[in-house]
This record gives sequence, structure tokens and C-alpha cells, in this order.
Amino acid sequence: MVTTPQAVVRSLLPLAVAVGVAVGLELLLGLLGFYAQKILFDIGVNIILAVSLNMVNGFTGQFSIGHAGFMALGAYGSIVVTYYGGYALFGDVMMHSTVTGYALYFVSILVGGVVAAGAGLLVGLPSLRLRGDYLAIVTLGFGEIIRVVLQVSQPVLEPSEMAAVPWYEQPWHLGRSLGFVHSGSYNTLGWTWTAVAVTLLVAYRLRESTHGRAFLSIRENEIAAESIGVNTTRYKVNAFVLAAFFAGVAGSLFGHQLGAGTASRPEEFNFMKSFEVIIMVVLGGMGSISGAAVAAVALTLLTEALRSFQDYRMISYSLLLVIVMILRPQGLFGTHEIWHLLARFRRKGTR
Amino acid sequence: MSLLEVRGLDAHYGAIHALQRVDLTVEKGEIVTLIGSNGAGKSSTLRVLSGLLRPTAGTVTFDGRSLIGLAPHAIVRLGIAHAPEGRGIFGTLTVKENLELGAYSRSDRAGIRADISRMMVRFPILGERAGQSAGTLSGGEQQMLAVGRALMARPKLLLLDEPSLGLAPQIVQTIFAIIREINQEGVTILLVEQNAHMALRVAHRGYVLETGEIKMTDDARVLAASDEVRKAYLGIG
Repeated sequence: MVTTPQAVVRSLLPLAVAVGVAVGLELLLGLLGFYAQKILFDIGVNIILAVSLNMVNGFTGQFSIGHAGFMALGAYGSIVVTYYGGYALFGDVMMHSTVTGYALYFVSILVGGVVAAGAGLLVGLPSLRLRGDYLAIVTLGFGEIIRVVLQVSQPVLEPSEMAAVPWYEQPWHLGRSLGFVHSGSYNTLGWTWTAVAVTLLVAYRLRESTHGRAFLSIRENEIAAESIGVNTTRYKVNAFVLAAFFAGVAGSLFGHQLGAGTASRPEEFNFMKSFEVIIMVVLGGMGSISGAAVAAVALTLLTEALRSFQDYRMISYSLLLVIVMILRPQGLFGTHEIWHLLARFRRKGTR
Repeated sequence: MSLLEVRGLDAHYGAIHALQRVDLTVEKGEIVTLIGSNGAGKSSTLRVLSGLLRPTAGTVTFDGRSLIGLAPHAIVRLGIAHAPEGRGIFGTLTVKENLELGAYSRSDRAGIRADISRMMVRFPILGERAGQSAGTLSGGEQQMLAVGRALMARPKLLLLDEPSLGLAPQIVQTIFAIIREINQEGVTILLVEQNAHMALRVAHRGYVLETGEIKMTDDARVLAASDEVRKAYLGIG
């Protein structure tokens, strides 16, 4: 790939914009009500989920529907770090707005991502030899297994109770259907949107790189991809692991949101969550980064607007999906980005 | 030593015996063609050579190295490029991106850039449409792109699978002229064709495959003149 100054500027642009938004949101935090903060937070997490799933479903053309499973692993992985790390450093599990506290949170986000990525590798290695529907079934099963395992786990252990439980049983104490009720609310909009910026930047830089082209070649024609020398199995696994990492990061943010008490309930990571993310990717256009992001924003806002009709939310989602598939089967932006379409639109306007 | 030497090759698709004891050699600098009707095993032979199909018996030696058990991406690195049947271009990517991907196994950026310019001179239509989605090209243009993309790997041996498939006769002429030119520049070519007439005109030697077995082999000119081939594949006599 040729790296021109324009390309560098363009690829840094999303980062600059998003960090700007993140800083701005952080400054505005005092002015924003809790409700507005919660929506902005949901939007951010959903963007990360949609853009990361797009690396598998959009770039490489595989069909994974277990994204919520990786999100759950990230959430639990990071909460375990802030929970027991908090006990070790501060003697309690409260949020501490100190450098140490934030460093702990930062480490926990990375741990959440790595745990999910590790699971992505374990699931991906055997299952990415499968194609199409078969891969979808395996990933669906994986997501549900994670949720069920979390649900049937034992109550959370306090450090004082640890000695009474043998070490090999300790990882089994993940809080049953309630999760970590007393975890700290470390997350802020600044953290969320910085993570959004990094996700967007990585996705964009990846797609424009030689590795990204290899991903796309698999989507376009797997046999041709092999015949030009792309190790298709390895690249599919790579995409899967990377997507799982960012799903884990999204889970980490989600698990530490304001009023975190109920955020790590296994129910939050059920099949409907995975399905929501898929709808975002499909609506935005498979392979379009900005499409996934725009769809994530739109669907999160739609969810809020329909809050009072919550029982019918999935009906409206499905209906929307049906309508888009009829009118625009390639999704909002197809495989293009929003700026490509804007440029085309502008050209037409001047003619 | 031959560039490519295939001995006693057997391949199966499930219970179907696709190739039976196929022997075949390709010398450096040659154009060798495999002709035969639908389902004779021509494409299967190429698929074994490029690692897409695992043989059940036999040996394949390329440039002194055994290819058996190697993955397709490893075989590309040894110098075999495969332009698969049905062209297999990357439709939503641009023409230029397709060519760049053809050089995926190489890492010499300057050389790749020079080769892309060369391809655009060799195939002017690809130069004109460099920024266009490859899916919008016509069939003949897509075939040129498929050949150009395979050449981007700088192969010692180019495997061409049915380059004339579905193309207008005039375009077929052009494609075969290009095949001859590429060969004159030093690329060895193994050409699979149903269009036996054209294939035997451009090739040095030929093999006739029938239900997975080699039935005849000779100089292309001799094959084109033989009664059997004329009757079965050229529709003459």
C-alpha cells in the first residue's frame, strides 16, 4: 500500500474527531444529565461492537453471531481485575478517582480484551474451517454457552472467603444470574469514546493495509484468495481474534458503566444482544466502517425512542431490516464509506 | 530436470475417482495444454498442482521440490500462480487493488509498483479502468485481469484454467495472443482448455485427458492432426 500524506491525514481524522468528541463530552459531563450520558455511553459501546463485528462479517465475509459472548467474557475479565485489584490496592471495591484507580481500570480493559481474544482464538481455530451457516451455528452456540455458564456459576467471593474455597473452584464464583453486583463504576464518557476512536482507527488502518486486503479477498472469493497466496484459515482466525478483542473492550466498558450494579448480569449478554449487533452491521452495509458506526448510532437512538414500547422493539428492528433488505440489500452504504458517497453526491450536484 | 513432474497422480472427490495415475511433465519455457471434455479431470489436475485439492496418491515435483501436502499459499511462494476457472476476480475491489493482491506473496514494493505499471501497459484496458470496481468489467476484461493478477506473483509456472470460457471469439483470439506473448517473455504455462483448437495452436505439447486418465500425449501439431483428436475434440472428420 502506498502511504501518502493525505492517506495519513485521512486515517488519523477519525481518531482526531472521536478524541475531540471524547474530550468535549468529558468537559460537558457536568452539563449533561444522567440520561443523556447513558445514551451517549450506549452509543459508544454499540459502535465498538458493530465496528468490530464488521471485521469478521463485513471484511472477511464470515458469519459470526456470538459477539455478545465475547463481550461477556470481556466484562467479567475486567470486572475481576477491578474487583479483586480494588480489594488489594484500596481495601474495597468502590471506584477510586486516583491515578492508581484509573491505571487499574485501564489494565482491566486490556485484560477484558485479551480474555475475549483468547476465547476468540479457541473458538476460531477449530470452527473457522467451517463455512457459512455452520460457522453461524457454532458461534451462536458459543455465545449461549458463555451466558449459561455464567448464569449457573457460584456467588461472588469476598477476599475473606477465599481461603475456604479450593483454588480450582474459585474461578467458578462469578455471581450467578446477578453478576458482580458491587463492581465499581469506573467508566466515563471519556474512556468510552477514546475506545471508540481507537476501534475506528484500527478498523480503518487495517482495511487499508495489505492484511486488510487479504481479509477482503477472502470475502470476495475464497478460492481466488488462496490461489494468490493468502493463508485463508489464518486470516479468518486473525479477524475473529481481533474482533473478539474489541468486543471484550466493549464488555469492559459496559461492565463498569455508571451504576454498574446490574451491568454484569449474564442476561445482558444474551442472543438478542448478538442479534442487535448483527442488525447494525447488516444495516450499515457489510464491510463499511462508517456504515456500522452510523447504524449503531441510529439503532441505539431508535431503541431509546421506542423505550415505552419495549416489548415491540425487536418487531421494529426486524421490520426495519426487512425494509432495508428490500430497498437497499447492500445496506446503507454497501461496502463504501460515508465520505465516498458524499463525494459522489457532491460530484452529481455540480454537474 | 523438468520444471514440473507429475507421476501416478490419483485424486478423489468422495467416491468419485477424478484422476487416475496421471503422468505429466512440463519443461521450462513450454506451453503445455491439457485438453479434454467436461469432467475429464483437467481442472482437478490444476487444483492438485496449486494445492487446492489433496491427491490420494502420486508425486508432484516442482523445481526439484515435492508439492504434496503443501498449502496453496506455500505453493504460490514457490512460484506457481493459478488463474482459476471462472476468473475469480475480487468484484468489489478496484482493478488496481486486484493487481496489488496478485503480488500478495511478494514484499518488494518498488518491484510491485513497476509490475503494476507494466500490466497496465500490457493490458491497456486495465490501465484505463484502474480505479473502477473489477465487477464492472466485461468478461474478457475480467479474464485479462485474472491473468494479470496471476502474473503479479511473478510465477515460474502459470496455471490457466479455461481462459476462453464464455468469451466472444474475437476476445478469445486476443487472450491467446497474450498467452503466447507471456510465454515468450519466459513464463512457463500449463493451459487447461475445452477449446482444443485454439489451445493446440498456441501450445508446444499437449495431453488429452479422458475420464481422469491421460489418453494421448504428443507435440501439439501432431495432436491437432491426429484423427482421434480431430474427431473427438475438434469436431472435424
